[in-house]
Amino acid sequence: MGERLLEVTDLSTHFFTHAGVVKAVNGVSFSLDRNETLGIVGESGSGKTVAALSLLRLVPDPPGKIVEGSIVLKGRDLLTLTEDEMREVRGNDIAMIFQDPMTSLNPVFKVGWQIAEAIMLHQGKGQREANRMAAELLARVGISDAARRANEYPFEFSGGMRQRAMIAMAISCNPEILIADEPTTALDVTIQAQIMDVIREMQGVYDSGVIMITHDLGVVAQMADRVMVMYGGRTVEYGPVDEVYYNAHQPYTWGLLGSLPRLDEVEKQRLTPIKGQPPNLLLLPPGCPFCGRCPYERPGCREAFPELEIVGPGHGVHCWIPLDERVAIREKLPHFMARVA
Amino acid sequence: MSLLEVKDLKKHFPIKSGILRRTTGHVYAVDGVSFSIDEGETLGLVGESGCGKSTTGRVILRLLPATGGKVTFDGEDVMSASHADMQRLRRDMQIIFQDPYSSLNPRMRVNNIVGESLRIHRIGTDKERGERVAELLETVGLTAEQGQRYPHEFSGGQRQRIGVARALALNPRLIVADEPVSALDVSIQAQMINLLEDLQSRLKLTYLVIAHDLSVVKHISDRVVVMYLGKVVEIADSSLLYEQPEHPYTEALLSAVPIPDPRTERARRRIILEGDVPSPANPPKGCVFHPRCARMQADPCTVAMPPLESTAGQDAGVDHEVACYFPTRYAADGTATANAPA
Repeated sequence: MGERLLEVTDLSTHFFTHAGVVKAVNGVSFSLDRNETLGIVGESGSGKTVAALSLLRLVPDPPGKIVEGSIVLKGRDLLTLTEDEMREVRGNDIAMIFQDPMTSLNPVFKVGWQIAEAIMLHQGKGQREANRMAAELLARVGISDAARRANEYPFEFSGGMRQRAMIAMAISCNPEILIADEPTTALDVTIQAQIMDVIREMQGVYDSGVIMITHDLGVVAQMADRVMVMYGGRTVEYGPVDEVYYNAHQPYTWGLLGSLPRLDEVEKQRLTPIKGQPPNLLLLPPGCPFCGRCPYERPGCREAFPELEIVGPGHGVHCWIPLDERVAIREKLPHFMARVA
Repeated sequence: MSLLEVKDLKKHFPIKSGILRRTTGHVYAVDGVSFSIDEGETLGLVGESGCGKSTTGRVILRLLPATGGKVTFDGEDVMSASHADMQRLRRDMQIIFQDPYSSLNPRMRVNNIVGESLRIHRIGTDKERGERVAELLETVGLTAEQGQRYPHEFSGGQRQRIGVARALALNPRLIVADEPVSALDVSIQAQMINLLEDLQSRLKLTYLVIAHDLSVVKHISDRVVVMYLGKVVEIADSSLLYEQPEHPYTEALLSAVPIPDPRTERARRRIILEGDVPSPANPPKGCVFHPRCARMQADPCTVAMPPLESTAGQDAGVDHEVACYFPTRYAADGTATANAPA
């Protein structure tokens, strides 16, 4: 992999609500290299989106606040920058593609203009030049007849085209890091395939690092080099995709993999779901957030969050179960072992 | 014998415009759909948004009036049934909705939501109905005490269980499940899928499962119907679908679904379709898929929609039908490919 772009250490973002403190992101660390794709997977409420918003310092304050940690982008800690300096970082260094392209585009401005605006603001180009560049970008992300389309409003675009326009806007200032937050959740699968293709192609053109936030382990398997699994605001496991999929060490990761029906399964296998309901983030125990749903919970799991344990090359896990016991439990999981075999 | 028979079903929504609200066109949401479901079988209905799959489900239950076609349930014509006959038929045909938030009345207690249909159909005394509701809640993995609560006190997965309990109340034979898991998180999805499977084997239910997630549909179904722009393009046994898709659309759709296995993903070839799905208000002439199809030939593809036909040389007893002039088991020049049956 290339040069280190981003190093996030012990990031904690909490929301101070009337009902209590929600620890949406709780001591999360990760890094991103140039040309690399990092997948962040988790279910709703796991903290994956808040982690991404924290990188851009876009968490609404109040009630949200980054209470701890550092976000170092090429030697500079973003948490020490002024708001003006931060505005330079957004778009120029880190750009984001949001989940819902309809609500993230302004419905009353032409698509081309919205892209040109970013170019004028960040690169100081004139309007004519910016408009020309906007049309070029739309063509680059695969919108046919781009010069005419740039003159249309978002409602005249289909869902897939809107997401292409979002990508065009995100890459307009050659960012080094592209964060895609569930970029295809609102789209059909054949359109999802088109969008993933565009993201990959743009990564190749600009040598960017990509952070792909998703709940879909299939998308991660397709796109990512490394993956980080989040649950209840914590990272429970991370590593290269092959390590995490074929050599998983965390009961939650096993649970996720066992929950998924596979399109290519020949013999139908019964799914092995995770029991219980998603946790209430206000009532999380100080220890492992998976307590209560974990079939292997033992005394002490609730008391403190386990330290990071390195179990393979670049592969870390947080779990109180001793290593040998963990491996023994995993041997007995039919769904998981079928995948590894 | 099949429990449900759908023949040439059509649903066209009028488009009205101008101050006189004159009909200026139609959205061809469902346009000549035929299939049948055997007793105890699970039939999956897949397709992308706007292909008419949900409308098909609703028209079958007469929640929407059909424009044309025939639906037969256990030998009885659903489309022409009288109000009284329909009320009786509805006991046997129930639906589970997609959105567990908007499909439960927030002002009603769960007991009343689940027991409402019993009351409407005047089944049992108050006490018997209460017992039946308690039993239903336990059947779907909730407790009888939870019946006293309101929907907002439950998580998404639990609400969907309430929806299932409501659908089961009248001991139906057919359940139409419209996107039963798409609003749920991965770990909860699996619970729901297993629950539906358990209920089917315990209560001898027949399912029509409508969903856009092919992995889920293939897992849960015995046979799968693939729809595109209001038409059925392929019907296949779910064991055949992934290995031997015959319609170019099915092939592209399957190849676009990511599989949660990095090694498999690296080895796969993805077929990327150009452009978007056309508007169902103005479907293409001829085969509805031809503008996006790589195998398209001007004649016959742009002239007439190919009929849904059994594929030649199919294995005995395995259902496989496709609506295509150039199914993928033939190479573009008409010679048999590796995909062809021997």
